[in-house]
Formats: sequence, C-alpha cells, structure tokens
Amino acid sequence: MALNIAVCIKSVPDPKWYEKITIDTKTKTITRKGIPSIINPVDKNALEAALKLKEQYGGKVTVLCMAPPGAKNELYEAMAMGADEAALLSDLAFAGADTLATSYTLAQGLNKLGKFDLVLTGTESADGATAQVPAQLAEWLNIPHLWNVKEFVLATEQEIHAKVKMDDAVGEYVIQLPALLAVSREINKPRYTTAMGVMKARKKTLTNLSKHDLDVNESLIGQVGSPTWSGDISIPSLARKGQELIGTPEEIVTQLIAKLRAAGIREGRGMVNDASGNLGSGRTDG
Amino acid sequence: MFTFTEEQEMLRKVIREFVEAEVAPKAQEWDEANHCPVELFPMLGEMGIVGTFVPEEYGGAGLGFVERSICLEELARHSAGLAITVMAHQLCMGGILNFGSEEQKKKYLPDLATGKKIGSLSLTEATGGSNFMGQKSTGEYKDWQWVINGRKCFITNSHLADVDLWTVITGQNEKGKPIMTAFIIDKDTPGHTAGRTEHKLGLCSSNTGDVSCVNVKLSPQQMLSQEGDGPKIALSTIQEVGRAGMSAICLGILRGCLEESVKFSNERIIYGKPLNKLMNIQFTIAENKLDYESAKLLTYRAASMKDKGLPCACEFALAKYAGNEGAIRAAKRTIDMMGGYGVINEYPIGRFLRDTLAGSTAGGTSDILKVVIAAETLKG
Repeated sequence: MALNIAVCIKSVPDPKWYEKITIDTKTKTITRKGIPSIINPVDKNALEAALKLKEQYGGKVTVLCMAPPGAKNELYEAMAMGADEAALLSDLAFAGADTLATSYTLAQGLNKLGKFDLVLTGTESADGATAQVPAQLAEWLNIPHLWNVKEFVLATEQEIHAKVKMDDAVGEYVIQLPALLAVSREINKPRYTTAMGVMKARKKTLTNLSKHDLDVNESLIGQVGSPTWSGDISIPSLARKGQELIGTPEEIVTQLIAKLRAAGIREGRGMVNDASGNLGSGRTDG
Repeated sequence: MFTFTEEQEMLRKVIREFVEAEVAPKAQEWDEANHCPVELFPMLGEMGIVGTFVPEEYGGAGLGFVERSICLEELARHSAGLAITVMAHQLCMGGILNFGSEEQKKKYLPDLATGKKIGSLSLTEATGGSNFMGQKSTGEYKDWQWVINGRKCFITNSHLADVDLWTVITGQNEKGKPIMTAFIIDKDTPGHTAGRTEHKLGLCSSNTGDVSCVNVKLSPQQMLSQEGDGPKIALSTIQEVGRAGMSAICLGILRGCLEESVKFSNERIIYGKPLNKLMNIQFTIAENKLDYESAKLLTYRAASMKDKGLPCACEFALAKYAGNEGAIRAAKRTIDMMGGYGVINEYPIGRFLRDTLAGSTAGGTSDILKVVIAAETLKG
C-alpha cells in the first residue's frame, strides 16, 4: 500500500520579524529584503502527516514549492525533515501570482512530477492567509479535497477517513484517492529536524522547474493570469495617543465607556453573577 | 577567512528552533530549582546534539567541531547549564573516541552518542585542576586487577554519569616522576560513589560534585589506552574538547547578552523615546556586538582548525578567553543599561552573568589561558 505523496509548501517571512516588514505602497507588495524566510508553519504539519504515512505504509514524499530561488533553503529543510525529494517552481513569469495563478502553476508542477495518490497542504499561509490555494489546486487537478483536516487514517488502498474541524462541530468524511487534504495545526506536532537530517538533505534531489519545463498556458500564470489585483493600500498609524480624563471616578468611567463605544467597541455577552451568586450568561452592563 | 557552509547555516537554524521550543521556556525554572534537565538527553541524542562529532558507525552524527560549536552556542544562548552538561558528557566521549580500543568504542559510544547514557571526566582533585600531575588518586595492579582509590572534586555530571573517565597515578618512572593512567569506570562498579553536591554561583542547571573511588576493582580492559597515557588523554581532552566546548558556551552566553541588550533598548521607552536613541546606550550595544563578533571569529576559526587536524590549543585558549571575559563585560554592561530591571530574575541577564562567572574555571581560567597563549606566542 505504498503511497506516492506530494506536499505543497510555501516560503513565508519569519513571523519573528514581522515588525520589520514593510509594505511597498507603489508595488503593493511586502518588502521582504533582509527578512529571513521559513516554511509556512502549518505546511510542516502537512509534511509531518506525509512522513508518518510513509513510515507506516512505505512510499515516497515529494515536496513542491513555487517561489523565488532563495526558497531552495526551505525545500532542503523539508528534505532534512525526511522528504525524499523536492521541486522548486521558479521563474520570473510566475511572479505576482494571486491564489488562482499560484494553484494553477502548482497543479502543472505536480502533473509534471508524476501521479500522486495524495496531495497534502496546510490550511493557509501565515502571510497571505487566504486559505484559497488548497481548494483551487484540487480543482485544477480534478480531484476531491477536504479543508481543515484535524485527523485522518488510510482506511483502504483507495480510501481515507478524515475528521474536519468546523466552527462548532467536527465533520467525518470518506474521501477517495487520489485526493487533496489541507491539514490544520492540531493534526500533529511536526518533528524536529536533526543534525543528521540536515547533512543528508544536500545529497537528495532538488529539481528546478521553470515555465519552459511545465505544460503551462502563459495566460494563466503570474500576474497576467491573476484576476485579483491589490486595491489601495494604507498603513494605519500605530502611534500612541494619550488622553487625560478628568472628573470623579464615576464620571471618568462614564466618559471612558462612551469613548470605547464611540471607537466601535461593542457591548459583549459575558458571564455575570446573578443576585443569588450563581454564574449565568447575560449582558454585561458596560 | 572562515565562513559557514549552507549545511552549517541550516544546522544552526534547526537547532535554534529546537532550543527556542524545548530549552528557552524552562531555562530560568531549571536554574532556580538547581535542576539539571537530564530528561532531555534522549531527545538531544536523537537530534544529534550530544554525539555531534562521534562517527555515525558509533551512533553519532558524524560531524565536526564547527557543528559541535554551533550546537553548544545555541544551547548556551538560553541555558549554559544544560550546555556545560552536554560539554562534560562529550569529554567522556572524546576520551573514548580518541584513545579507546575498538571494543571500548563499540561498548560505550553508541549509548553515549544517542543520549541513552551520560558521561563525565573525573580529573580535578582538591589540590587543583591545572596541576593535574600532582593528583593523589592511585591505581594499583593486584591479583590481575587494577584497584583504584581517590577523590575527585568539581566534577560536572558527578551524580548523573553512567560512564566516568578517571585519571590516577599508577606508579613512578625511573626519574621518580608520577605515571598517570586513565580508566573507564561504569556507574555501578562497587566502591565508585558520588559524594557532596556543590551549590554554585552559576550554571545551576548543571550538576557538579565529588566522586570517590574506594578499592574500586577494574579489569585491565577498563584501562583507556596504555599505562602512562593519562597526561596525553587529559591534556588533549581538556584542551581540544573541553576548552573548545567552553569557547562555544561562552559565545552562547555572549549572544544572549547582546540580544537581551538590543531587545531591552528597543522596547524601553524613556523620556518618550526608545532607550536606544541615547548615544551612551548605543555604545553599550556596539561594545556587546564587538565582544560577540570577536569571540565568534576566534571560536569558529579554532573549531575549523580542529576539523582540519591542525594544532589549535592556542586558538581555543584565545577563543575561550575572549568569550568568557567578553561575556562578563557584556552581562555587566547590560545590567547597568537595564537599571533596576537588570537585577530582577524575570530577566535572564543576571543568570548570564552568574553563568559566565561560574564557567570561568571550566577549560582553564583566564589566567591559565593567558599562560597557554603566551607560551605559544613566545615560541616565536
């Protein structure tokens, strides 16, 4: 029951450096210069799920990423974690892609690399956080998909049983292979990369694929193939604003509540003590 | 000019990720509780952190001293106590790897390199560590066995070690000079016991204490190398494994000081502006940076020389001296910069100062290091 598994990862700016990130208001893109990149955190959960399946049933794990050339470091890291091989889709023609063009390019990359029984992704990226790519990718590949998968098992050679996290419930699904699963962070704890893994990674195969290596329709890639365009971008001022409220304590509280409401802070529902001392649900009176 | 390879850069990244998740959040708690986190050893073994320089055939990662220094620096950035525990464990492995028989390597290294067992090196006695030829512990060959007697002190991992390397005097040569010999002693050998535990100024999450041998009987197979090879084993292990490790540990503490000083000066608002806008604070940052970068260059240059098989005793002495003295200066400067916050244990900077002071003796005090440096320099 050996599985051929693909894991799509994204290279994102390290969240520890978010305060250093700026937005170029002209190009409407994030300025990443000098900001280290990491594997999108939830994509590591997808990779961990793939590695566990491989350990259990055998097979191969291939990691795929569409990004500038520097993302080879994230792919080597994925191979250091245990992936067997990796492919980097990198071409200036892919730049400026929205989720639709990205998912199309990834799909063409997967088609180029072979037939996969299972494609795994994270639910969303830490930078864009649109959560659109998994579903779009599955559509391009014409395979079924599930999003926000918190648990799954390979029930038969052709079938996966999966639990999907919803707002107030958990959905249980049976999905036929080949399929795409977008996993959530609670599905597992990604393993640490070991020193031995780091040294082995450089001996594994990393394939670079440009648009010339793929069977792509050029009107569907990069900025040209992206129906989504950034509108206006503004950077909110985060400067501290101090204001002195004057009056008796009661007057100050009243003024404060009025200002909070004027600022759009809504009254909330909370747990309050009723007259009997029991806790109950009710409106908080400011 | 020393530069890191892409693999070494990635190694640093993944070890840092591990340390930030598993070590950093608990380092202060371990320090306050005088707890040495030996429970992490199997995980450190799996990561390749404890057996960095041990060849893969003996269960290690099969890497070099640059990689070892990277691992120790990253550990010491958050817990110098844990880092010195690993370093002392590596002294035991280094001795067996460099001087042991094939049987001894196969018997001991796989469990040590994977963190299943803990090692130590018992060299120092009450009469001093650097005057190691003056030690009083003895080994006597009687009835086909070696009988070991003596007491060692200030031994890191004294109460934790499963495998303990000992040096003892086994006789005198024709000139009347002592013959020193090394032995491997297993934890449960009758007569081998740990004594008092030291309560230290710093490195509190490491274990230090006495170890005694009272009529400990060892088979000749427990001798490391040959009779009389003790000084060679001790000097090589202390200088090129111990001092090398301490250089990296001091470097980790120094980086801690630098990063804490940057963080605090960026976040602390005074007179309506971040502290870092004041020129005297910028001087502190610059001095911390200079101390760190100087020690870093010296440490990794020495480690790369060791990996190339070049003599590097003087280079490690320079690195440890620069790192240790630099860390003391940087910690003190940063405490001064932080004012009252600097002496509150919620911030790690006070622990960094205690750790670097406590680490000054391991691998040689600054004065001993100056003697080593001068001796090499005066050769011309």
